[in-house]
Amino acid sequence: MSEPLLQIERLTLALPEGADRRYAVEDVSYSLAAGEVLCVVGESGSGKSMTANAVMGLLPPGLRVTQGRALFDGADLLAMDEPTHRALRGRRIGMVFQEPMTALNPLMRVGDQIAEVFEAHGLLTARERREKALALLEEVRLPDPPSALRAYPFELSGGQRQRVMIAMALALEPQLLVADEPTTALDVTTQAQILHLIRDLQKRRGMAVMFITHDFGVVAEIADRVCVMCEGRIVEMGDAREVLASPRHAYTRTLIAAIPGGVAAPARDGADPAPLLTVEGLNKVYRSRGGWWQPRREVVALDEVGFTLGRGETLGIVGESGSGKSTLGRCIVGLETPDSGGIRLAGTDLRTLTGQALREQRRHIQMVFQDPYASLNPRIRVGMAIAQGPIANGVPRARALERARQLLTTVGLDAAAADRFPHEFSGGQRQRIGIARALALDPELIVADEAVSALDVSIQAQVLELLERLKTELSLSLLFITHDLRVAAQICDRLIVMQKGCIVEQGSAERIFQAPSHPYTRELLAAIPGRHDDATAAAAPAAAPRMP
Amino acid sequence: MSFFRRFVQNRGALVGLVILALVVLLALLAPLLYPESPWRMVQRPFLAPGELPGFPLGTDTMGRDVAAELAHGAWVSLLVGFVSTLVALAIGVPLGALAGYFGGRTDDVLMRITEFFQTIPNFALAIVLVAIMEPSIGSIVLAIAVVSWPPVARLVRGEFLSLKHREYVEAARLVGQGHRDLILKQILPNTLSPVIVLASLMVATAILLESSLSFLGLGDPDTMSWGYMIGAARTVMRQAWWLSVIPGVAILLTVLALNLVGEGLDDALNPQLARQR
Repeated sequence: MSEPLLQIERLTLALPEGADRRYAVEDVSYSLAAGEVLCVVGESGSGKSMTANAVMGLLPPGLRVTQGRALFDGADLLAMDEPTHRALRGRRIGMVFQEPMTALNPLMRVGDQIAEVFEAHGLLTARERREKALALLEEVRLPDPPSALRAYPFELSGGQRQRVMIAMALALEPQLLVADEPTTALDVTTQAQILHLIRDLQKRRGMAVMFITHDFGVVAEIADRVCVMCEGRIVEMGDAREVLASPRHAYTRTLIAAIPGGVAAPARDGADPAPLLTVEGLNKVYRSRGGWWQPRREVVALDEVGFTLGRGETLGIVGESGSGKSTLGRCIVGLETPDSGGIRLAGTDLRTLTGQALREQRRHIQMVFQDPYASLNPRIRVGMAIAQGPIANGVPRARALERARQLLTTVGLDAAAADRFPHEFSGGQRQRIGIARALALDPELIVADEAVSALDVSIQAQVLELLERLKTELSLSLLFITHDLRVAAQICDRLIVMQKGCIVEQGSAERIFQAPSHPYTRELLAAIPGRHDDATAAAAPAAAPRMP
Repeated sequence: MSFFRRFVQNRGALVGLVILALVVLLALLAPLLYPESPWRMVQRPFLAPGELPGFPLGTDTMGRDVAAELAHGAWVSLLVGFVSTLVALAIGVPLGALAGYFGGRTDDVLMRITEFFQTIPNFALAIVLVAIMEPSIGSIVLAIAVVSWPPVARLVRGEFLSLKHREYVEAARLVGQGHRDLILKQILPNTLSPVIVLASLMVATAILLESSLSFLGLGDPDTMSWGYMIGAARTVMRQAWWLSVIPGVAILLTVLALNLVGEGLDDALNPQLARQR
């Protein structure tokens, strides 16, 4: 291997006093050669982004470098003064961020933002900058580059914005590209395209890429070498294939095992249960009020959607953002009103009920929300948050609070948690509280809208396990809405695939994974990162013990 | 970190709190320190501060003790400031909450009413209201409350608009809580911090308004107030400047203290924002 381009030696970053640990990263050393893709993997709080931030000179205030060097082409980035560092940034080191919407200036045309990169370094004339911007947009394969040049960021989709970000990072032909979770906010198919693009550009330009991610599927897709971090330390480093096939460190093994369900859905007993929920011909159109010069805009969120859900069954609704899957869930629990169609719970049509009768029925359908931070009222104690449902339905206060304590132990938390406020809990714990709240009304059906998407993989696995256990213990039915096919494969008996408000395919999870009939389903399956990699396939049985 | 410790970290807020405490103390002790009516003439007029022992702040144009006037005036200023703010909150918070929570037609109607009050200049409306009713403490409090509730309604409405779509509110709706519970238990507690900050500043504005009304001679004729003192002394500004300056400084300090406390509350209630500064 050639001379390393970036060499990090014994880097230690100290956190401000009073933090939960002393060092953000401790004694971290790795190197990156030209033309190589290094994936830095870890869960949130592992310090994986901090090293990259130190390299870019973007350390948040309060963090200090206490030890170590970061040599870029022989020069120590950490000892460099700001002007020298600034000249390096952008020109020789490019960076792509996670959230493409907030990383772009919303009030500036895309073309101008790319041109600004040249301007900041005082390169080229205005005309050349414009031509270069166009060439870059072509290189990152945006559809119709000339019009994209004049577009504002909000006019582009998430994937297109990320392409623009990549174009900006590549504008000055850097030797090193630092990509911090660049595909996390994107849909699977878009993620696959962006990964492909990065890999492609990296090969063509011979760049080194430092790719920070939490997803071992992405690692399998793109990495030459992997560096696994846990609580600020490197626990394992090596060739990507080797690490994936035979992880040496226990933490790496748990991370790989926690990738939900591999890519093949396990077979389930196919007994056809009696239907609990029947949805027929559901329609919902979002209309924006037109102005004087603006026509009304209509977005079809649901188009003649119909399905049944059996008692004790887990039904997965899978689709990308904008497919209408969340709207469907919200219509079923009653947070949205569909334009037409019927929703029947155990034979009662919810849409014909009103007032007290409707509230009585609604009790049977509860929801677990996506964001564990937004779904709990910061000013209400956890016990009360769980008990308020029963109290609103007439259960005496003391008994409801007592039951809340029981429920907390049911979901694997301490009963004493009832007296604390939500901010004292971690994301996974909060999601457990959210589940306890949904259980408080003894529902028959739980709608989980992206309930594990905001969680780290290992926590994700625990929460899925909890849902699975509760489902059998309490004989619940589960409607599981997710964009992540790997999660769906782990927990669902049957799947519904949605695209643009329509159901394009439904059937048993096993059948859909093995023999998808609709082209869109095939596209979704093909886009799962790491699917074609033998290494992850080998790891799959460990992750899905139910598989025969 | 506890609320109080965050509040105390802001030195300005602490200074404000101390000044405010002194003013409150002065107002409470006024009947003990100066048991006689502040309107009573006790010495010859135009005594400069310190000219005669027993009259540390001198006497005014009619020979009344300025120190006694100041102490009794503090009571009126604070009373008017706090009570009118409470009344304004009592009007503004429910209106804003209903408008923001229900939206649609309710919102339209309530906001048009709010705008009706906002389009009339505050002070002019207050003068008209006091002039129509008899000038008295009650009418002044009411007039000030009537002109100062619209911003509260606007603020609360805005908070409700953004909070009512939060997931925890939707979750509470799903478990069957009614509108009353959703408004009072789920959303309102989360809107309180900006409202408290606004209220502390409103007390300051109300004190200024009361002073302005008294200055124009629209104060309660039976109670001594700082605004009346300035108004009465303005004709003799050149002979006895201290007669205007002393109550003026009292108003300045009180309003400043309230603003400092308001800013401290803002920092303490929104720790994330405070840290960014």
